[in-house]
Amino acid sequence: MKKIVVSNLTKIFGKHPKKALSYVEEGLSKDEIFNKTGQTVGLYNVSFDVYEGEIFVLMGLSGSGKSTLLRCLNRLIEPTSGLITIGDEDVTKASSERLRLIREKQISMVFQNFALLPHRTIIDNVAYGLEIQDFSKEERHEKASVAIETVGLKGHEFSKPSQLSGGMQQRVGLARALATDPEILLMDEAFSALDPLIRSEMQDELLELEEKMQKTIVFVSHDLDEALKLGDRIALMKDGEIAQIGTAEEILSNPANDYVSRFVAGVDKTKILTAENVMKRPDPVVSLKSGLQVALKLMEKHGISSIYVVDKAKRLQGFLKVDDAVRAQKAGKTIEDVIIKEFPKTTMDTPLQDLISIRAETDQPIAIVNENDKLVGVVVRGSILAALKTTEEDDEEQVEEVTQ
Amino acid sequence: MIVPQLPIGSVVESAVYWISDTFGFALDAFSALFGFIIDIFKDVLMAVPPLLFVVIIAAIAYVVGRKDWKLALGTGLGFIVILSMDLWEYSMETIALVISSAALALIIGIPLGILGAKSETLYRILRPILDLMQTMPSFVYLIPAVIFFGLGNVPGMIATVVFSMPPAIRLTTLGITQVPKELVEVADAFGSTPWQKLIKVEIPVALKTIMAGVNQCIMLALSMVVIASMIGARGLGYQVLIGIQRVDIGVGFEAGLGIVIIAIVLDRLTQHLTPK
Repeated sequence: MKKIVVSNLTKIFGKHPKKALSYVEEGLSKDEIFNKTGQTVGLYNVSFDVYEGEIFVLMGLSGSGKSTLLRCLNRLIEPTSGLITIGDEDVTKASSERLRLIREKQISMVFQNFALLPHRTIIDNVAYGLEIQDFSKEERHEKASVAIETVGLKGHEFSKPSQLSGGMQQRVGLARALATDPEILLMDEAFSALDPLIRSEMQDELLELEEKMQKTIVFVSHDLDEALKLGDRIALMKDGEIAQIGTAEEILSNPANDYVSRFVAGVDKTKILTAENVMKRPDPVVSLKSGLQVALKLMEKHGISSIYVVDKAKRLQGFLKVDDAVRAQKAGKTIEDVIIKEFPKTTMDTPLQDLISIRAETDQPIAIVNENDKLVGVVVRGSILAALKTTEEDDEEQVEEVTQ
Repeated sequence: MIVPQLPIGSVVESAVYWISDTFGFALDAFSALFGFIIDIFKDVLMAVPPLLFVVIIAAIAYVVGRKDWKLALGTGLGFIVILSMDLWEYSMETIALVISSAALALIIGIPLGILGAKSETLYRILRPILDLMQTMPSFVYLIPAVIFFGLGNVPGMIATVVFSMPPAIRLTTLGITQVPKELVEVADAFGSTPWQKLIKVEIPVALKTIMAGVNQCIMLALSMVVIASMIGARGLGYQVLIGIQRVDIGVGFEAGLGIVIIAIVLDRLTQHLTPK
C-alpha cells in the first residue's frame, strides 16, 4: 500500500519563485532557469511513492537535494509546487494547525547531528514530542522509558546528552522519534556522524527494529553501502532530480544511465548480488520416477556429465553422475541407490561472496533451492565469473574517470 | 562653500519640550509610580538589620555559587566593610536603584531582543538605535530625564534604564539567533507551537548568552546610577559627588570603594546564575 505519494514536487530557492516555476513547467533546464531568473532550482519535478512499512532511501551526493526533499515531506521546507500525499491527505494543503498535528502524531524525524537539547536529561529529550502534546509528566515519562528501553539505553534516563557517546546520543534521537509512535520516520543522514563500526551496528539495529515495528522510513544517506544495506528501495538523486528508483539489485545490475553506473561502480557486488541474480535455470532435471534410462538419455542429449534428481513436487533429492548411472544400470539398481545426497546446496538470498567460498571447497555446481526445498536454479563456475567480470570492468572505468 | 546649518539640536530640543508639555500628566504619574517603587524597595532593604543582611547575602552567595564558601565569605566581608565605613544607608539606596533600573531594563530589553531575533526588519530598525544608545555620552541622557521627571531618583533610574538596556537586547538577540538550526528544526518537526519552541528550546539553549546580557546590564546600571547622582539620584554616587565638590578625598574614596564592593558582588552573583 502506498503511504507517501510525491508527485511533481518542485522547490525553488530564491525570492521570486513564480517566474522560475513557469520555466520549470515549460521544461527548461535548471541551468537555463538560473541564467534567466537567478533562482536556484532545488528540486525539479520529483515524483515517487513510498510503500507502507518499507525503508526508502534517498541517496545522492551533497547538494543533490536529498535533504531538501526529506524536509519537504514534513514541510520544514515549504515546497514551491507539487503534491505530497500521506495516507489520503494532501500535506501541501494542510493548514499550519493541521500541519502541527501531523508532525505531532504521524511523522517524526531523526537528525544528522543528533540535535538533542543540551539542557534536558535523556528522558526529557525523548519525551519532548509528548510534552508538546501536553501529556502528563507520568504518562510521558512512562512512554519515554519504553522508547529508551527499545533503543537499549535503559539506565541512562537521567544523564545529560553530553555524558553520552555519539552512538548513544543518536539512540536517544531515535528514541525521541519513536516515543510519539509515528507512522513515518524521516531520518536525515542519521548515522553519518558516527564512526564506521558504530554506524554499522546502528544500521543492524535499525533493521532489527524495523522488522518488529514496520514503520515507514524515509532515510537520507550519501553512503551507497548504507543505502544498499538499509533500503528496500533506493532513489538515487542528482541535481534535484531522481536519476533512478529501484531495489539495490535493480540499480546495481541495471543502472538507468551513465551517472548511476558511475555512482555504483565502486560497489563490491559480491556483497550485494545474491544467488538469485547469478543462477541459471536448472535444466534439465530428472524425476526420481523416470528412472536411470531417462536420466542417461537427458545427459547424453544435453552433453552433460551429471544431473539433479527431484521428486514429484520438484523437491531436490540428490545429484546423479553419469558414471554412477551407467554402473547402476548394469547392476540393475535404481536411481535412489546411486544418487549423491552430499552436494553443495544453498538458498536464493545467499550473497555472491558466500557462493565463492562454497565453490572453493568443491568442483560441483551449487544447487539453489527455495524455502520449500524446491530446486529453482543452479550456479556454475561460469556464472560467478561472469558476475565478477562485470564488477572488474566497472572498477577499471572508475579508475579511468579518476585519472582523467 | 557654505554648508547650511542643520537645526538638529533645536529640533531635538523642541521635541523633548513638546513631549514634556503634551504628556506632562502621564510623566508625572509615571514618576510617582517609580519613585514609590524605589522607595519601597529601599525601605525593605533598610528594614533588615545590617548584620542580618550580611548573613543573608552571604547565604545567597553560598547557594548561588553552588557551595562556594570563598564567594560567601568575600561577599559577607565586603558588606561588613561597607557597614564599618558608615555607608550602609547610601549603599542600600544604590542597590535599590540599580536593581529596579536593571529589572525594568531587562523586562523591556529581553522581549525586545527576542522579537529582534524573530524579525530581521525589527532588528534592522533596532540596531542603529542601540548603537546610538551605547555610544552617546551617558551624561547626555541626564538632560531629557531632568526635563521629563525633574530632579531625584526617578530621572536617574530612567537614564539608567536607557543606558543599560542595549546589551540585554543585543545579547538576547545574539543568543536566540545562535541556537543551532537543527535544534530549531527539532522543535518544528515535533509540532511545537511558536511559543513552545521559544520556551522549551530557544530560551533554554540561549540562556548562557542571555545571562551574559543580564550581567552586562546590571554592571552598566551600577555605573550609570553613580553618574545619575548629578541629577539628584541618591546613594553612594551622591557621596562621590560630595567628595568632588568639597575636594574631600576621604569621602570620595570611601564611597568609591563601596561602589566597587557592590559591583564585584553583583557581578559574581549574576555570573554564577549562568548555567554551565
